[in-house]
Amino acid sequence: MKKLESSLTNMVLVLTGVAVVMGGILAYVNHLTEGPIAEQKEKALADGIKSVMVCNDLVVAKTDEVKQNVDGKELTYTVYQVKDAQGQDLGAAVESTTMGFGGDLKVLVGFNPEGQILGYTLLEHAETPGLGAKADQWFQKGQKGDIIGKDPKEPLTVSKDGGQVDAITASTITSRAFLKAVNQAYNAYKVSPVDAESGATKQQN
Amino acid sequence: MNYIDIIKNGIVKENPTFVLMLGMCPTLATTTSAMNGMSMGLATMAVLICTNVVISCLKTVTPDKVRIPVFIVVIAAFVTILQLVIKAYLPDIDTALGLFIPLIVVNCIILGRAEGFASKNSPLASLFDGIGIGLGFTIGLTLLGICRELLGSGSIFGLTLLPETYNILLFVLPPGAFIMLGFLIAIVNKIRA
Repeated sequence: MKKLESSLTNMVLVLTGVAVVMGGILAYVNHLTEGPIAEQKEKALADGIKSVMVCNDLVVAKTDEVKQNVDGKELTYTVYQVKDAQGQDLGAAVESTTMGFGGDLKVLVGFNPEGQILGYTLLEHAETPGLGAKADQWFQKGQKGDIIGKDPKEPLTVSKDGGQVDAITASTITSRAFLKAVNQAYNAYKVSPVDAESGATKQQN
Repeated sequence: MNYIDIIKNGIVKENPTFVLMLGMCPTLATTTSAMNGMSMGLATMAVLICTNVVISCLKTVTPDKVRIPVFIVVIAAFVTILQLVIKAYLPDIDTALGLFIPLIVVNCIILGRAEGFASKNSPLASLFDGIGIGLGFTIGLTLLGICRELLGSGSIFGLTLLPETYNILLFVLPPGAFIMLGFLIAIVNKIRA
């Protein structure tokens, strides 16, 4: 079969036709996947909050956006105030972002009402696989850089900078960025608006 | 040429990774582990099969002078569909490969097969060419991923085989990708010769 001639009309018609048909298919697929994608995001966040609060039976009572001025830049932290099923205050999970070695490092840190770290998880990162990417395990309980149970009233720093936390081998930049994110999450948690009862506990710190 | 030959051609004679040396960017960037390499290979294969068939069907109505824009529109559409589907149903793969999925649009294997094969052959032959070349690419990436993961992290598909003291970090990093690929190509050339 002979090919269509490359006349202006043919070219415009074919290119437009292909673009319109493909655009239509894309719109349809986008429509189909919109719901599941939003669900996945919510699920990832909900699972994250559960894992950092070390509790399966919880409700997010309140979500706050806390703006903090860090190094001359206004950054936004999301604080999820968490209560257990009985309405008991469990503390909060805080979403905090810093600049890691390979890009944004987004961590979710759980604090109990006394401000101690309950757990953490990496929501997003672009650290080097095999090096900085180890941060998802390194600072967990029982690991070399264990930060669980620590209270970042004094900002946490790596031992190289005179701190108490062992940095990931060959990944000091990632470790610093990670601890900075944790410290900032703590600060955001401290200034986040709280309701009267849990506010009293926090003042004691 | 029968269809089995077309598939064999893609895996052995015109293997995109080891013989044609096309699509080197994802080959080097995503093979830090066997799983990532294989996922990237399969994602590319899915796009390649769809675009090959569609472009082959469109070959008689595409004027020569606008064929490349038409190919790119078709490829971009399928890659976006794949990206949406992965985001919606395979979130783990999305975290591992997120950035590299949209880059399949400019993967030269896909445009190369559209121009070199699909626009000259029947849709059915193009389908098999997509499967063959896609399998060849997947095998190449998985092999590279297995070697790099074993030497760099001491595991294969996340299964730890070597203790941490034997890990050679270099192989997880970009230079290790080049070195390992060089060795694999040398071995494949020796076998083929």
